[in-house]
Formats: sequence, structure tokens, C-alpha cells
Amino acid sequence: MLAAPALGKDLVGLERLSAEQIRAVLDTAEPFKEISERRIKKVPVLRGKTIVNLFFEPSTRTRISFEFAEKRLSADTVNIVTVGSSVAKGETLVDTARNLEAMRIDMVVIRHSASGAAEFLAQRIPSNVVNAGDGRHEHPTQALLDMLTIRDHLGRLESVRVCIVGDILHSRVARSNIWGLTRLGAEVAVCAPRTLLPAGIEELGVRVFPRIEAACEWADVLNVLRLQLERMQGGYVPTLREYNRVFGVTRERIERVPRRLLILHPGPMNRGVEIDSDVADGPHSLILDQVTNGVAVRMAVLYLLAGGAPEKAEAAKHGAAE
Amino acid sequence: MAPPSRTVLLRGGRVIDPSQDLDRQADVLLADGKVARIADNITPPEGAEVRQLRGLVVCPGLIDLHVHLREPGGEHKETIASGARAAAAGGFAAVCAMPNTDPPVDDPAAVGFVVAEGVRAGAARVYPVGAISVGQKGEHLTEVGEMVDAGAIAISDDGYPVADAGLMRLALEYAQTFGIPVASHCEDRSLSRGGAMNEGAVATRLGILGIPAAAEDVVIARDLLLAELTGGRLHIQHVSTRRGVEMIREAKRRGVPVTAEATPHHFALTEDAVEGYRTEMKVNPPLRAAADVAAVREGLADGTLDAIATDHAPHHYDEKEQAFDDAPFGVIGLETALGLALTELVGKGILTLPQLVDRMSCAPARAFRLSGGTLRAGAPADLTVFDPAAEWTVVPEQLLSRSRNTAFAGWKLRGRALVTIVDGRVIWDQLSAGAAEEAHAPRSPRARAG
Repeated sequence: MLAAPALGKDLVGLERLSAEQIRAVLDTAEPFKEISERRIKKVPVLRGKTIVNLFFEPSTRTRISFEFAEKRLSADTVNIVTVGSSVAKGETLVDTARNLEAMRIDMVVIRHSASGAAEFLAQRIPSNVVNAGDGRHEHPTQALLDMLTIRDHLGRLESVRVCIVGDILHSRVARSNIWGLTRLGAEVAVCAPRTLLPAGIEELGVRVFPRIEAACEWADVLNVLRLQLERMQGGYVPTLREYNRVFGVTRERIERVPRRLLILHPGPMNRGVEIDSDVADGPHSLILDQVTNGVAVRMAVLYLLAGGAPEKAEAAKHGAAE
Repeated sequence: MAPPSRTVLLRGGRVIDPSQDLDRQADVLLADGKVARIADNITPPEGAEVRQLRGLVVCPGLIDLHVHLREPGGEHKETIASGARAAAAGGFAAVCAMPNTDPPVDDPAAVGFVVAEGVRAGAARVYPVGAISVGQKGEHLTEVGEMVDAGAIAISDDGYPVADAGLMRLALEYAQTFGIPVASHCEDRSLSRGGAMNEGAVATRLGILGIPAAAEDVVIARDLLLAELTGGRLHIQHVSTRRGVEMIREAKRRGVPVTAEATPHHFALTEDAVEGYRTEMKVNPPLRAAADVAAVREGLADGTLDAIATDHAPHHYDEKEQAFDDAPFGVIGLETALGLALTELVGKGILTLPQLVDRMSCAPARAFRLSGGTLRAGAPADLTVFDPAAEWTVVPEQLLSRSRNTAFAGWKLRGRALVTIVDGRVIWDQLSAGAAEEAHAPRSPRARAG
């Protein structure tokens, strides 16, 4: 059996990963799902490894998901949560990089409000760096878990039509989804008011739906993004009420489509704004599956960055492969 | 301190002076700090220092309309002295220092300080640009007349656009009394706010908020209309957009009193250079798309853009060693401008050598009504000697600026300044007397005062 390509030193984003590498993560995540179902949810794959979760931005979900993944692989973890001004963050980043290097840690999971922060760190320390979201750039593990969830339910990603709905301008999830999904053969579209679409988005290989109704008609999957309420101060949309009425994913809109439209949302949700509760909690929703898959995907990423091979993941989950 | 002026005979160089339509091999005699004469085979007066310059270009000293010398307040980035030395090393005989220091140069005392430090540096001439508004806050006009008396040669709120059209109108009207131009940093901050690079597909891919070209264009349009309304002399700084160039061209055609400048980084680099979150490519206005770069080059070629100015913006290394969004805007440029212009514009057939000399010396002198920009007999002996064929590599550590934030590290350039003379004094010298061969030798870390 041919050895699957390793991920390399870091996972900064999906833009530079090949289809093969992305598939390797998804395939590795599959056997790891089972570990979370056990009574003792732990394998010794990363025993003796030190991982620092370096969060310059608050993010309970992602941090906890990474922490679970790390603990289930038996890594030693340290959480650093720092929130400061923009400049203070920058200064902290380079200083922190140097300090981490001096402490000989093995891996860093970083969340930062500035695009490129993960790459910045990756270039400066020898440890493996995992991007847990950098500014408006990428959130690769979120996209990977979205892809795993879609693949679980549809059995494939090729030719699946995924429309990302919401604040594309400020979203790192959107960019990672676009790179990952298109690379594995899915068709990707975005749907948002023009104020929340970055210039030249079409050049990333996606089509643009200005109206949610047309997006629903076209798509197999809607990946609904959180409307970042703090951004609305800038007047990107007139009111939340109008946003819900014009762009909201409502039951009426998805039931008008004559097939089962799958609904994803990376959370946290603004119920009644970008998504209605009866959709989020309804039969179309895969939102909790995403959360479950998040842990498995992050386990797979950490395992692969630590030098694990996808074809040995099955053995690793039994504690045999190191 | 600068060495005294001597009688110098520059022998056998290619003398290019567009101000008198001159481009031929000749001798240039400098005496008493002035250009004495230009002729074939001048016999050296007794005691004159003779420089053999065969194969080299002799031109009016280069003038940079737009530099940031950071003093007062940012001396860890640059001082007036270090900036003036870096300028001399780049072939500039004079530079115009922007007022956005800390505190800003917005009163006659601050202007006097810059003048005095410039003289003390004894390198390139340092001309202060005073602020348009008190504290560069965009609210009240500064004491322009007093600042001009103290030595200011223009006013600008560079670094901070003048948001209030009414204030800009007043500045253009008021400055006319003193015969100085109003230099405008054209940026509508309500459009550029939060942006860190050019708006477009590259920014979208990198997840960086973009600055649309329109943020620059709308203010260029406004200021051109205000210059037309008031008759005030407008100078548009660091033009980076295609529409900006077109509007200036059209305004000049209508007779609007406007001049404009472009920077080497805006004619040499596109937004693609930002890939990899390279903070040394973070500038304001941002590096634009290929069509904009082509328009800037065209604008320089047809004279729509009068001058090449560096917007030399030194930053300490740790300020650029940050995530892209957090890093400050700006690159240094004094020591690479001539090489870039020779390589990217002359080398690629966009400008002739005389046009290059015009854009870097004669036109800047005309735009800000500075002495220099000519080798006419009796003019101040401000000259630059450069080797258009010298090949060199930009090594940041070898630059004389206190900061290293060049966008061109590792670039191989063709053409370099060898001698810079101000008031007949040699302030930068890469040629030992009579040995032109040395032009190609590696330069010393410090200027050898001649």
C-alpha cells in the first residue's frame, strides 16, 4: 500500500493542501470517531507530546473540541487565552512564539484575530502549528469537519452542491470550505448581500447567489454562517430583522425545495437571524453531527502532524501504532 | 559636518540636464558651491579636484518630494541625520520631510528644528513640509505664513488625509499667498477603514480586508475640483490607481494647477507581492493590481505623473514583525529608488535617461519651486553622478537608513548613485578620485565624505 502524503509540518489552511492530503485527514478521522464512543475515551497516540492551545480570541467551542481531541490522544495540553488590543496581540504573538520555542513544546493550536497569524507562527517555530482560525483567512479544521459531515450523509463530496450562506466577507470558515470542497470536486456557491461578499469572490471558483431562494433551489447543502453581530455596527445590513426576512434560512424556504436540503452551521448560532430554530433543531440539521465530527477531525490532524500515517489510523485507535 | 566646498572638475561624463535640453559628453566645473560652466575639455583651474567620470551620468541632484525622517519622536526608526545620509547614498541631493512626526511639524518652531537638524546633518538638503492642519487633526489651518518664513516649502497632512473638503479648499486658497503647493494624501478613510491591502481577489484569498482604489480616486477627484475652483497649486502624493492617473491627466489638459508623484514600489510591484503576508509589502496606498501599475508607468512616461518620490517610511524591525493586519504601513526607499527607476523604467524602455532625470530632479524642483533641478551656470552645485550599468543586489543590512523595511531585499538592480554633491560639497562618494573602476566595488558601510 502506498504511503499517503503527510500533512507536512503545519496545518495553516486548506488552500495549499492537495485533494489527497484532504482525503487523508477525512479517512483518518473515520476510525477515530469510534474512540469517542468508548467508556474510556483515550489512546496513547500522542503520549508524551506537549500541545499548547494558544487562543488570542475567545472561542469556547473550538478550544474545547481541540482539547478533547488532544486528551483523547493522551497529549499533555496547556491552554493560553489572551485577549488584548490589536497591537498588543501582535507584540504578544512574536514574543509568545519565542517563548514557546524556548520551552520545547511539540504543537501549537492557534486562534488569532489577524489573518496570517498562524502562518506567521509556523514560520518562526519548529513545533507543528495548527490554525484554529486566523482573522478572515482560514479555519481549516472547521471546513474539514464540515466536509466529513457532508460525506457521512451523502457518501461523497464530488459534485455535491454546497452553498455557503451569510457573512462571507469576515468568514474564515467560508474560505476554508471553498478551498476544501472545490478541491474534492464539490460545486460551491455563496449567498449573501453584496455588502458581505469580498471583492473578487468569484475568482475563487464559486458562483454567487444574491437571493436565498435561488440558493436553496440549487444546493444540496446549505452551510449557514453566523451573522457576526459585532460587525453589524458597520452597517453591513440595515437591520437583523431585515436580514432574517431576506436572507434567513427559514423552514418555509427549505421546505419549498422538493428534496432534503442538508443544513450545516459552524455555531454559535443566532437563532432567528441567519437561521430559524425550527431549522436548526429540525430534521434537515446536521449541526450536532458537525460537533461530534469536529473532535474526530482534530484528532486526525494532530495524529497526522505528529507523523502518523492514515493507513495506520485503525491500528492507532487500538493503541498499537505510535 | 559637511566638508567645505571646493573647486571640482567633473570630467568626461554624460551630462544630462533636461532643464536646458542637454545630453552630451562634457566637463562640468563647480566653483564656490555653484555650477560654473559646462563645456568640452575644460582646463582644470589650479587646485581643482578633478574627477574622471567617463561612462557615468552627471545630472542635477535628485530631489525626493516625499520622505519621512521620523524625527522628532521616532528616532529609533530614523533621524534627520540618518535619513539625510541615506538620501545622499541614494543619489538624492535634497529631500522633503513630511510633517507627521511626534509631535507633528505644525508650527514655525518645529519647522526651524527640521531646518537646523538638516543643516547639522551635512548630507542631503532637508526641506521641511509643514502640516496643513494643527496637530494634523483636520480641523484648523496651521500658521502657514510663519512656517514658510521658517523654511517650509509646502504643506501636507500626509499620513492623515484631509477629510474636510472645506478645510482643503481653505488650504489651497491660503497657500497661494505664499506661493507654496498643498500636497495631498488622497484617501477617503470611510472607504479604506480597516483595510490593509488592495481590495481584490488576492485580498479575498488571504482574508485581508481590502482598500478599494476608489478610496484614493474619490479624493483625487475632489482635490482636482478644489484646485480648479481655487487656483491653488495642488500636488497629489503617491498616486497608485489607474483612474487616479487618468483624472490627473485630464485635469492637466484642462489647465488645473496640479502636479503628482509616484513611488518606486507602486511602479515596480503589484498586490501579488503581499502573498505570504509579507508585511514589508504593506504600504499606503496599497500595492495595486497590474492594470494600475501599468497606468502609473504610463503616467510617468507621458509626464502626467511629474515626479518619482520614495515615500521613504522607515519602521523599526519589530514593528513589521507582526501579523499583517497589525503591522504599520510603509517601506523605505531612498537608497533603492534610483536603481529601481533605472531598472524598471529605463531598463524596460518606459523612460529615457533624460526623462528619468526630469522625473527625479527637474520636475520635483519645479513642483515645489526648489533650488536645484538644473545645471545652468550659476545654479547651486547640486549634482548626482550615477553609473547606469552598475549591477548590484539590495542587501538591507548594507543600507544607511536606520530601518531595514525595504520591499526589495535581494533584488538585482542595474544602476546606482556613485557621487552626490550639494552646494559643491561631496556628500556621498563611491568613487575614489580618478578611479572610475571602483564604481563596481562593494560600497563601504558609511559614506566617505569627500
